[in-house]
Amino acid sequence: MLASFATLLVFQCLGEGITFALKLPIPGPVVGMLLLFFTLVAYPPLLDRIEATGSELLRHLSLLFVPAGVGIVAAAGQVRGHWLTIILAVAVSTLLTLAVTAAVTRAVMDWQNRQNRHLDGNEKDGEGDHA
Amino acid sequence: MRELPQFGLIWVYLAASPLLGLTLTLCAYVVAYWIYSRCKFSPLANPVAIAIALVSTVLLLSGMPYSEYFAGAQFVHFLLGPATVALAIPLARQLPRLRKSFLPLACGLLAGSTTAIVSAVVLTILLGGSPQLAFSIGPKSATTPIAMGVAEKLGGLPALTAVLVISTGIFGAVAARFLFNRMRIDSPEVRGFALGVTSHGIGTARAFQVNQEMGAFAGLGMGLNGVLTAFLAPWLIPVFVGLLAR
Repeated sequence: MLASFATLLVFQCLGEGITFALKLPIPGPVVGMLLLFFTLVAYPPLLDRIEATGSELLRHLSLLFVPAGVGIVAAAGQVRGHWLTIILAVAVSTLLTLAVTAAVTRAVMDWQNRQNRHLDGNEKDGEGDHA
Repeated sequence: MRELPQFGLIWVYLAASPLLGLTLTLCAYVVAYWIYSRCKFSPLANPVAIAIALVSTVLLLSGMPYSEYFAGAQFVHFLLGPATVALAIPLARQLPRLRKSFLPLACGLLAGSTTAIVSAVVLTILLGGSPQLAFSIGPKSATTPIAMGVAEKLGGLPALTAVLVISTGIFGAVAARFLFNRMRIDSPEVRGFALGVTSHGIGTARAFQVNQEMGAFAGLGMGLNGVLTAFLAPWLIPVFVGLLAR
């Protein structure tokens, strides 16, 4: 568990370092996540070793947003703005984003499945499709 | 008569150490999670929102300043970094499905990221908001540090952006199930990915509470949309603000 946590921290450090050195507009942990992903793909045995700790950390992911969230609520009172405009824009835009992302992803997935079935049907008759 | 000042003394003593902020955060979350489980894990009882409300109430009633609270809560906050890195783990587990769905996910990401930015900016301007508000709201679907960075670069208000990012996260996590059921989208892959693209970490946290597969794809959506927003938003937002505002 300790070694796995150390692994996560090493990748976070790498990410933060790269972000800083290249002046990327992306947070270090996101870069660290991409680096760890490619490492896991290149060297799968590492996955089994760090998976338990990683899952435990992610199970309580919502807890980790509480301190920042409280700070934002504390700061929100000082922000002046058209709150009705803001609430409407956030709500409608969030629903639209959810709907468009899901609809487009599913549409392309369906299209891809149809193409595959078509190819399977033409090339090797009778093969069961695994989709 | 004698007990009150003593209790006050104990409070002052505890408040000066980071212990109190940490204890408060964990207790509030335990209570919030208990409520969430009593509500059969309904998205309406979002544990992040409940825990934030509980802690905020305690701070308001006790008069404890946020900086004092954060001295303890920062130990929890710190774990966000390694947890973000850890999102690579469930993702690597889903590698075979990820390979198969590469094209659909790429198309969904591009469509979703653009929709998030453009719809927020257009709605804000049409509803009478200022360009500054549009700059602050445009990157709201990206994870907080990215969104704040973009808003700052464009001349928005980073503090307002932080509020909007958290609101987008909570609202998306609450609304997603109802919307997806209505659209008849069943695949946990698609549901998770859309939730991560739209509602970043808070959406991802909700997805992990549904199941690991949904969580893995939500984490992917969050990471990719964060990166894409960092590149798209700085030029997409001014274009639409320039078109609509005068």
